[in-house]
Amino acid sequence: MTSMTLTAKFDVEAVRRDFPILSKPLPGGRPLVYLDNAATAQKPRQVVEKLVECLENYNANVHRGIHALGDRVTGELEMAREKVRQLIGAREVEEIIFTSGTTMSINLVANAWGRKFLKAGDELLLNEMEHHANLVPWQQIASQTGAKLRFIPLTADGRLDLSSLDEVLGDRTKLVAVTALSNVLGTINPISEIAARAKSQGALVLVDAAQSVPHAPVNVTSPDIDFLAFSGHKLYGPTGIGVLYGKRRLLESMDPFLCGGNMIRRVRKESSDFAELPGKFEAGTLPIVEAIGLGAAIDYVQSIGFEAIGAYEHELTRRAFEQLSPIPGLTIVGPGLEHRGAIVSFSVEGVHPHDMAELLDRRGVAVRAGHHCTMPLHELLKVTATTRASFAFYNAPEEVDALCEAIEYARKVFRLS
Amino acid sequence: MSDDLYDDYILDHYESPYHRGHVDHPTIAHEDENPLCGDQVRLQLVIDNDRVKEAWFEGHGCAISQAAASILSREIEGKTIDELKTFQAPQMLDLLRVRLTASRQKCGLLSFKILKTMLYTLNDDLHTA
Repeated sequence: MTSMTLTAKFDVEAVRRDFPILSKPLPGGRPLVYLDNAATAQKPRQVVEKLVECLENYNANVHRGIHALGDRVTGELEMAREKVRQLIGAREVEEIIFTSGTTMSINLVANAWGRKFLKAGDELLLNEMEHHANLVPWQQIASQTGAKLRFIPLTADGRLDLSSLDEVLGDRTKLVAVTALSNVLGTINPISEIAARAKSQGALVLVDAAQSVPHAPVNVTSPDIDFLAFSGHKLYGPTGIGVLYGKRRLLESMDPFLCGGNMIRRVRKESSDFAELPGKFEAGTLPIVEAIGLGAAIDYVQSIGFEAIGAYEHELTRRAFEQLSPIPGLTIVGPGLEHRGAIVSFSVEGVHPHDMAELLDRRGVAVRAGHHCTMPLHELLKVTATTRASFAFYNAPEEVDALCEAIEYARKVFRLS
Repeated sequence: MSDDLYDDYILDHYESPYHRGHVDHPTIAHEDENPLCGDQVRLQLVIDNDRVKEAWFEGHGCAISQAAASILSREIEGKTIDELKTFQAPQMLDLLRVRLTASRQKCGLLSFKILKTMLYTLNDDLHTA
């Protein structure tokens, strides 16, 4: 079987040894089958060790202390910023803003760009597969500025229907905000085509890369992306740290979002001058240790390589497709394998997703159940909730089998087989 | 009290609920949801002479929330409004016969919460009538 030979090339057991949590039995003694990676990823030893190194050896505030620790920690933080720049192919390190996560990154753009540049009659182009974090901030800004929200229709199999893009994208469109990888449908969106067509209408492009960054390479110069947001914790790094990439000329044209320390150059009683990028958008004390930990996570992921990660995770997803599809009453939402990342959400007739998640948990299988912060999408799918299995490169093929066995167990409990 | 959340009593009510359906002219109806799970229940009462003559529910959601609505509907039929006012959450949880974790108590108590809200509303209506 080809899938066997491909997965055999990737030494998943070696990778798993880097993640201490994966070998710790759950209360009750069952092994953990962690398939909730789209919610948050586990952390490799290399990241944990970096956090400890920082806290035990050079913890201090950055860009402030004229002392040895301050210099050291500032150097480490700026090194992490440079690693982010390289990861996403940004031209300049000043274009990398550290935030608390994807949500704050998008809120920053919505407020600092949207409130300044949007006016009544302008349009923002979204779609119904967006996470609430890439929908609700735009709703708020639209209601404050009089801008209008438009939506790219979805196809029946959960992809963006680009054949109707011209109906919703026009010269009034000021920004297209789109996810690179749907957190529910698993759809990989064609960012290149969307960006090219947005540019031809003079619109900016914001990419929510929270789900895609851990699984696939990205380069913000090709396709031409104006803003890109992602979180550290889904990329095997700490929580509380995220990234906003923005083009220098856009970031410079925007007003600050949060105000206070670090983001100023000169403060007078009545007015202030603001710091140069990226400080202008980094008010207050950053999550310093977390940012440095994110740098270590980027090193770790790059040591494995996106090519290997992508190929291996695709085989896991294929295996899930092959084994889940024959289960009676099971429906997978979203597109076929050729348009899909390592996310498989499904429903099973007769077992509500919350009951399913609870029963899978009894078998040690951790998944997410609910609307996954995409209520409009679930309305469109005409289901209140789904169960989501999401894979990472440390998942073994046998864990996909464990998921399917646990689903069969749930069906038995519900007297369906 | 069973430690198995999905024992036969819950599953029987989930599969063959008591009085799941729509009532055209209820004396009072109220619905609520549990946003975490997406459970939704609408409870409809036909009240005659301060007594619940019929209780029906509609909704969708997890087995616990829907079975609880069925169990509650059967329990409250025939009871007076005053009797229902003394009906408390621990009694509702006892009726389910399973031990619920804190997070699943929200599912188990959804229809109870709806009932309690209705009783307050009903009280106001009677006083303003």
